[in-house]
Amino acid sequence: MRKLENRYVWEVPVRATHWINMLSIVILSVTGLFIGAATTVAHSTSDYTMGWVRFVHFTTGYIFATSVVSRIYWSFVGNRYASWREFVPFVTADGRRRMMQTFRYYLFIDRTPPDVVGHNALAGATYLLVFLLYLLMVLTGFALYGQYAPGGVVSRLTGWLFLVISNQGVRLAHHLTMWLLIAFAIHHVYSAWLMDVKEKGGVISSIFGGYKSIRVKG
Amino acid sequence: MDEHSGGHGNGNGQASISQLLEERGVSRRDFLKFCSAMTAALALPATFAPRVARALDEVKRPTLVWLEYQSCTGDTEALLRTANPTVAEIVLDILSVDYAETIMAAAGHLAEENLDKVLKDEKGKYLVVVEGAIPMKDGGVYCCVGGRTALDRAREVCGGAAATIAVGTCASFGGIPAAAPNPTGAVGVRDAVPGVTVVNMPGCPLNADNLSALVVHYLVFGKLPELDAIGRPLFAYGKRIHDNCERRAHFDAGQYVEKWGDEGHRNGYCLYHMGCKGPETFHNCPTQRYNEKTSWPVGSGHGCAGCSEPQFWDTMTPFYRRLPHVPGFGIEKTADRIGVGVAVATAAVFGAHGVVSAMRHKDTSDETKED
Ligand code: HEM
Ligand code: SF4
Repeated sequence: MRKLENRYVWEVPVRATHWINMLSIVILSVTGLFIGAATTVAHSTSDYTMGWVRFVHFTTGYIFATSVVSRIYWSFVGNRYASWREFVPFVTADGRRRMMQTFRYYLFIDRTPPDVVGHNALAGATYLLVFLLYLLMVLTGFALYGQYAPGGVVSRLTGWLFLVISNQGVRLAHHLTMWLLIAFAIHHVYSAWLMDVKEKGGVISSIFGGYKSIRVKG
Repeated sequence: MDEHSGGHGNGNGQASISQLLEERGVSRRDFLKFCSAMTAALALPATFAPRVARALDEVKRPTLVWLEYQSCTGDTEALLRTANPTVAEIVLDILSVDYAETIMAAAGHLAEENLDKVLKDEKGKYLVVVEGAIPMKDGGVYCCVGGRTALDRAREVCGGAAATIAVGTCASFGGIPAAAPNPTGAVGVRDAVPGVTVVNMPGCPLNADNLSALVVHYLVFGKLPELDAIGRPLFAYGKRIHDNCERRAHFDAGQYVEKWGDEGHRNGYCLYHMGCKGPETFHNCPTQRYNEKTSWPVGSGHGCAGCSEPQFWDTMTPFYRRLPHVPGFGIEKTADRIGVGVAVATAAVFGAHGVVSAMRHKDTSDETKED
């Protein structure tokens, strides 16, 4: 006998940081691309176009950084689906088996989609990578930002980066990682759709409302 | 050097600075102007100028030796090729330059004897300026003076000095001789002579006024100014070019040169789009300028090349593009073309996957979850 159940999976902080991250990345990518490929848009020297674009980039950068840090914090205090354990499946043999299972499904080898309530194992591991990229963006972004005030708080925290990589190297990393995040976004939306259709767990609506519909054995 | 300072050390009974300058036709007024300029360069309040003048008048002239290794002599040129009476000239008069490969009258073993004499008589008191990089490979054989390697001699001379000043980017960070593939293993003085006090004054060439200001600081306060993490004095390298640039208003407005000679270029717009490295470079060029404050690269319409930053030749190139080439890709592949390629490839792969998935049936869940 199986009972249908609406399980509360994604708590408010998980959903909130998810959407804040998404909006921030869109805004940061658009403004960042403009910063990188500046062309004349102003009609007069008293305009402040680049000034505002940079202002939006930096303000959104602060919001994004706060959101990323909050989500990391929540992975220690939130429910089991939000836990940091979800993101390191590869440390256990069982986790590696589940990752392989999902991978085989993606390669059309197996016909059983991953049947999980939270993240499937492969997705969990991918998000670890994505969060590392987020942290890289925050680190390189604040390092670039801190240069306007050497000796200030931001430059004290991030200035060491320039002793490790060159200044232009930091900029290039900041720029290229954006494209990796854009590629991830494409994959992410597709996979969410795929799993919504195949898993039939309502994964897409779950990130809005927090609930997934599941049938549990019992 | 000249009749006043050449080869006689800083013995007792030397003439005061103002006496010396007067003999050379430099008026008291010019000397005070020099003191004001130095006070400004050091970012001290203007009220310090009289104190600087008094201190300079009373100071004992330190001996200075100038070592030149893998360099183009641009820093010596920057110091000497100036109209008179210049800040730089006055500083040369303040110092007693006892050894300088390019400009000294003595030659051969006599010159080397002069240097040995300074090492012995002035131990721990003299200043050393190093111009040019020092090769380390194969025991340093790629640069020798008087039969000894630069590495060996620099370690001896800098080791016994009160302080070492590395002038120009090559002496500071290896500069152009150290650019990839760095055939001679060239490095800056700090790396070649570890454990001694080295002030880095990079720039290609060094700004002579900054060197003067450094020396004045040393004479007036008896110590070196505050340095940053890579040994550069903050008074000259504490701010980014981009943050003091006269074209900055155009940057913030959104007005850029997009082609050499276009309307924006003629109107003095910002050179960011043309690869200006002002946002990556710490130097006081916009305020101190070159050639007696006549101009500086961005002032004359060319982007900053980042010449005063470590490894600039390898990391700031291409000079006319914002971002470096991506390692491992073809020379002309920009970061954005690679990025768009990655995004498009991702979309194509998952798009194809989607088509297959949509056609596949019986691969859906029975909705039972592992929990
Ligand atoms: C997903 C997050 C982000 C994306 C996609 C992004 C994207 C970009 C891009 C494409 C550039 C242009 C780089 C160039 O070509 O020179 C840029 C520049 C920059 N970004 Fe970000 N960025 C992100 C996060 C951040 C964060 C968190 C900060 C921190 C405040 C930040 C601060 C900066 C700064 C200071 C610059 C240089 C601006 C300038 O030179 O005027 N970014 N960003
Ligand atoms: S010309 Fe260079 S340094 Fe000046 S504002 Fe433009 S980018 Fe910055």
